[in-house]
Amino acid sequence: MKISKSIYWFFLPGLVLYSLFFLYPTFSALFYSFTDWDGLSEAFQFVGIDNYTRAFTGDSIFQKTIGNNLKFMLTVVVFQTLVALAFALIVIKNTKTNVFLRALYFFPTILSSVSVAFIWAFIYDPSMGILNQVLQLVGLDFLAQNWLGNANIAIYSLAITQIWFHAGQMLIIFVAGLQAIPEELYEVAKIEGASKWQAFRSVTWPLLAPSATIVVAYTTIQSFKAFDLVFAMTGGGPNNSTEIIATYIYDVAFKSYQFGYASSISVIFMVIIALITYLQFKALRSDRVSY
Amino acid sequence: MLFRKFSLLIYALLILIPLVVVLLTSVKTLQETFRDPLGLPDGGFKFDNYIAIFQEQTMAGYFLNSTIVTLFSVSLTLLLAAMVAFGITRMNNWIGNGLFGVFTLGMMVPAQVIMVPLYSLMLDLGLTNSLLGLILVNISSTLPIAVFILTGFMKTLPRELFEASTIDGAGNWKMFTKVAIPLSLPSLSATAIFLFVMHWNDLLYPLLFITDNAYKTLPLALLEFQGQYSTNYPMLFTGVIIASAPMVIAYVFLQRYFVAGITAGAVKG
Repeated sequence: MKISKSIYWFFLPGLVLYSLFFLYPTFSALFYSFTDWDGLSEAFQFVGIDNYTRAFTGDSIFQKTIGNNLKFMLTVVVFQTLVALAFALIVIKNTKTNVFLRALYFFPTILSSVSVAFIWAFIYDPSMGILNQVLQLVGLDFLAQNWLGNANIAIYSLAITQIWFHAGQMLIIFVAGLQAIPEELYEVAKIEGASKWQAFRSVTWPLLAPSATIVVAYTTIQSFKAFDLVFAMTGGGPNNSTEIIATYIYDVAFKSYQFGYASSISVIFMVIIALITYLQFKALRSDRVSY
Repeated sequence: MLFRKFSLLIYALLILIPLVVVLLTSVKTLQETFRDPLGLPDGGFKFDNYIAIFQEQTMAGYFLNSTIVTLFSVSLTLLLAAMVAFGITRMNNWIGNGLFGVFTLGMMVPAQVIMVPLYSLMLDLGLTNSLLGLILVNISSTLPIAVFILTGFMKTLPRELFEASTIDGAGNWKMFTKVAIPLSLPSLSATAIFLFVMHWNDLLYPLLFITDNAYKTLPLALLEFQGQYSTNYPMLFTGVIIASAPMVIAYVFLQRYFVAGITAGAVKG
């Protein structure tokens, strides 16, 4: 069937906006990453790969941010996935209570990250925070501390906040995946005398692999890109212990006006994210599941 | 069995307690919060924080800004994305696939990556401190995922429907408005909710492009609150409640659609 040429007009408005505010800045980032531009003056010089060399060899804060990103990401991916999966298995049946609980667990997802940041800043507050209060109530005073002010644990405190924020969303994806598994398979397993654990291992687990892939990949990207929570709760402190790549780009660009250098870090960040996303796409394509 | 129920209860409490504390704190004074962060306020709820916030005038303005930015961003993104998705679906050749690739490439690039050049572009175009500027960057930032979701959906529509309307003499535009759009309503509404949540809650772009109070949106205003009231949690939480109210009310009534919308965004993102 022949399609009339007017179809091209359908792309025009979207393409114009997208090219101007997305494609152009993306290529500019690449371009400026080879310069010493300060973002303010007209003039800049090409410095070759100096910015990149600096990031990997001369910038201890940047190297620290990569470590922090990894700590944050691994904690969130492991625990969020486990929590989401465990609870999805419990609330899988569509009873009234379960539907209500799923809606409740999902609730934090709709809040703004700034709101979540405030709520958790209050929970962690050293003097009037709920967490320390509760620990005192149950006689675990010795655990009470400045959760966001302690450089050794602040990044994990943030990870817990992130999990509270998004675990419900992943739980729902698991529930959808679990509900897609045909009931008959469990009946067959039962007839063959499989225990609950055996049924989980040989039926649930392999058939759940597609949703698990999606959850893990999505959580990885989401936690790697996290910016708002860190920005609003710790601003990267104390002592750079919660500085992650995204907040560091912001600092380098808008606090110390090194746009060229910030662009190089952006490009490195982009490559990492693109790699993860590519793997996610591959996983999605090969599994061909949809919800 | 008991253990399962107990775990469900604990998780529910972990979600509920912080939210109840937020509500309670907003009707307490700062002194009461200091003295007993978890307790009820002495002598009844006090709505002074709410009154104070609204007397500080600007809250209504922030609210209006958020509403304008969100409504325009959501509706325009939907329209443009639906057009692109329709185009890709209709063409169904290497050009269409290529354009699909170009658009969805945007999903791989987080906003923080382009914020530096985008900032100087917005300055050059005179689009900082303007709601129009926010709307334009919002559209281009969520266009990729919207195109991705909508194309996926439109490709599942039977081709015969489009062909039949061609035989009836419909042009592309007519086919778009009379066939593609009505049939895509489920995925359009899911995408709309996803976009609605994204844009209403967005912090980064207002943070980068808005410094003038007249153009601030709610999340940015809240962040400024934090600076102003540092640890005045009653005041901060009053702001949180006001800023979240529309989303929470919508969620209570349209729960199913919210879940469908946000998880569609997650799975396809």
